[in-house]
Amino acid sequence: MSEVGQAPPAHPAGALAGPRVTRSRRSPLWAGTVAAATAAAVVVLAILPYLAYQNVTNLLDEVFYLMVMASMWNLLAGYAGLVSVGQQAFIGLGAYAVIIPALHGANAFAALPLSVVVAAAAGVIAWWLVSRLRTGYFAITTWVIATVCELVISRYQSLGGGTGVLLPLPTSISPTLLGAYIYWIALFVLIAGIATVYLILRSRTGLALTALRDDETAAHSVGARVGRTQRMVFVVAAGGCGAAGAVYMLTQAQFLQPSSAFSVEWSAKIIFITIIGGIGSIEGPILGTIVYVALEQALASYGTWYFIILGLVAMGVALWAPRGLWGLIADRFGIRLFPVGYHVWLPGEDGRARRRR
Amino acid sequence: MTRPWLPWARSAARPGPAPAGQPPAGPARPLLEVRDLTVHHGQLRALTEVSLTVHPGEVYAIIGANGAGKSTLLRTLAGLHAPTSGTVVFDGADVTGLRPDRRVAAGIAMVPEGRRLFGSLTVEENLLVGAAYARPGPWSPERVYELFGWMRERRGQRAALLSGGEQQAVAIGRALVANPRLLLLDELSLGLAPAVVRRIYGMLPDLLAAGLTVLLVEQDVSQALRVATHVHCLLEGRTTLRGAPGELTAAAIEDAYFGLARANGQGTRGGPR
Amino acid sequence: MSWVNAVIQGILLGGLYALFACGLSLMFGVMNVINLAHGDLAVVAAYLALGVITITHVPAQWSFLIVVPVFAALGYAVQRTLIQASLNRGVLTTLLVTFGLSVVIENALLQFLSANTHSIPVSAALVSASFTIGSGITIAYLDLVIFGAAVIVLLGLQYFLSSSKYGRLIRAVADDREAAQITGASHRHVFGIAAAIAFGTVALAGIAFGTYSQFDPTIGTDQLLLFAFEAVVIGGLGSLWGTLIGGVLLGVAQQIGATIGTNDQVLAGQLFFLAVLVLRPQGVMGSRGTA
Repeated sequence: MSEVGQAPPAHPAGALAGPRVTRSRRSPLWAGTVAAATAAAVVVLAILPYLAYQNVTNLLDEVFYLMVMASMWNLLAGYAGLVSVGQQAFIGLGAYAVIIPALHGANAFAALPLSVVVAAAAGVIAWWLVSRLRTGYFAITTWVIATVCELVISRYQSLGGGTGVLLPLPTSISPTLLGAYIYWIALFVLIAGIATVYLILRSRTGLALTALRDDETAAHSVGARVGRTQRMVFVVAAGGCGAAGAVYMLTQAQFLQPSSAFSVEWSAKIIFITIIGGIGSIEGPILGTIVYVALEQALASYGTWYFIILGLVAMGVALWAPRGLWGLIADRFGIRLFPVGYHVWLPGEDGRARRRR
Repeated sequence: MTRPWLPWARSAARPGPAPAGQPPAGPARPLLEVRDLTVHHGQLRALTEVSLTVHPGEVYAIIGANGAGKSTLLRTLAGLHAPTSGTVVFDGADVTGLRPDRRVAAGIAMVPEGRRLFGSLTVEENLLVGAAYARPGPWSPERVYELFGWMRERRGQRAALLSGGEQQAVAIGRALVANPRLLLLDELSLGLAPAVVRRIYGMLPDLLAAGLTVLLVEQDVSQALRVATHVHCLLEGRTTLRGAPGELTAAAIEDAYFGLARANGQGTRGGPR
Repeated sequence: MSWVNAVIQGILLGGLYALFACGLSLMFGVMNVINLAHGDLAVVAAYLALGVITITHVPAQWSFLIVVPVFAALGYAVQRTLIQASLNRGVLTTLLVTFGLSVVIENALLQFLSANTHSIPVSAALVSASFTIGSGITIAYLDLVIFGAAVIVLLGLQYFLSSSKYGRLIRAVADDREAAQITGASHRHVFGIAAAIAFGTVALAGIAFGTYSQFDPTIGTDQLLLFAFEAVVIGGLGSLWGTLIGGVLLGVAQQIGATIGTNDQVLAGQLFFLAVLVLRPQGVMGSRGTA
């Protein structure tokens, strides 16, 4: 359907047929449709504050920052093979990176880029600690790093210690306009985040990553720069989570607490979102976040039941539908929204070419 | 069909082994029958419709160049690899889908390529693990110590510290204490000095006298020809030659090994069973 | 003198941490599984012990006789079903499934029991009794009993692994799973036994923890899992004595931190762990190449 129009490359008659590789290209019609739809969606989202009430934009804030976090985690685990249970370290650091200048009188919004820088820098340091660790060790150590960040920040009374701190925001702006500003920032972070992920996966690094996703040893053996690629991805994911964390802080009625900024619950949410939506595809975390927030709204009154059910569903999906909801949809309908694959045409045993993603 | 690996069937009578070292005279029931075995490694086809028959008391040698599929065949027979198609019949019972540990209970034991001892365990512990799920029979760690004179004094030593030849002996012992009927030997000579290899192969008559049947994979063709009662050559996953060493010319073996003849069965003098 | 006190308290605490850690280490060494739900299991055991005490009026210190075997059986069942299914699909899946399990357990505890803290009531005499050495070193009997119990369990486990048939099998499967299969061992069964031991020891550790300190549904993920893991890493994989030493070193680091600042206990342990990770990743007793 979306992949129609890819005829196998012609083999010169009688020549030895080897595999040919073509970049994944969608049929022009489909590509055009998706691009137009995306553009329309972005426009609608951008003007939403003028159209909808604030509770809608507030809800979308949560969708946006969760989507960024999940996409980052998906890049780490689904492509680079790095299962982190400690992204909350960067989420929290991003949040605090904005609060600290604000507490000293700077404009909170202007300090936003700082969240990316600080989180990415922390990512570099964290990578140095964890880069040689195997899967399980890697996961728990990232978790430990997050708790260390939480404990260290809690020591500072100037940051509110364990109880938290209130962000001073300019009082001259009306709350509605403030909400709109926060919304636009959230939207911007979302678009930037997803664009970053898309561009990375579409590039040569992306090819290395997809190779990693499939088989790390094989990737090594064909020369993919595994270590450097993983480090780059880890730092990017850290920065992305930092930006998302800053957005979260802005949405939190501007009150920030270490135990919530650095809570492992972040990891629980983004891991479940990505598993259910689909690991290893760009569309997966997007779909997963929508499903998650929709369920959250529907089951809001059920409290801890929500996490119990979510956890059980995630475990079930991990075992029986490992590519998640999006995997099921894509397989069933053969569609892909983001063209980030390559086609390998193999000469079949009977002469017909076969396609493999 | 008998199911000899079920506990209550263990005492059932079985046909006796043929005289050691010679192909059996009459039509004794085959111990192992492999029919049209095809095995894939992922997308790669490692074995294509390989068939063979092993009678009790034989030494059946599989030869072939690197990558011919010899070890894949043995691993599939041991149960570590599931075939794509084809059947494996052991002692009259279909074992094709059986897990490796059940095959040991049925009477198949393998000495894997590269020895694969339990490095952190001692020699004795390696043998005890082999004996943990043993069938009833004459072999025990004690008897293995008698077979390999040096092992008794060294039995408290960690397996990883032994030399290659010593490890090979322990690996054979570990398979023996399970009291198998069919012993699978995968590349015994790999990484060992020729004198050591000869000494180890020199034990085969003792094993055969004790009632074992041996199916072995060997890269060293002349070594294989020296000990085997039957030879089976593989090339790129296909059978290229079959027969008793006495019936095959050196030229025929060479053709089959390197694939110059490129046809199934060319040069075979021994007919189908 | 408070430093010496800190070290001694740390050593005693270390026994408990080692008891937490040995199950985690066993499951990792044998089947390459890091059970992220490990800490939560300890908490469940503590709650179960409370329930058993309330219903049967068994004296608290004997509750483990009921809870530990139950947990061992549970461990075998969970391993043969859930964890084996995850292992068949890969390391990533296993990690995610145990993480999901951890979240489910924690929230189920919060849902069905309250978020309040509880404690396992041992006889008041045992809790408050202590003796003094020299000047300023106080040792509580309870701490000593827990340490003693931990050492006895570790000794027993060591004996089991070195001298029994299943101990050998466990070590063999950990060395080379395929080779174990072709010698006739059902590796799934052996995995099950290892998991049963892991669940049993963590249950005991959870109950001991419950007598020694307050517990609530979240402490499994917040603290216990991380402490167990840190003890494993500090001590090094591959030997139970390493795990004991790891636990002791962690305990000492924490207690020294507590002496420096009352809120710094956990942080000191984490920082020490990170330092070991950087400077000697194979752990104190581990050999190079096992990190």
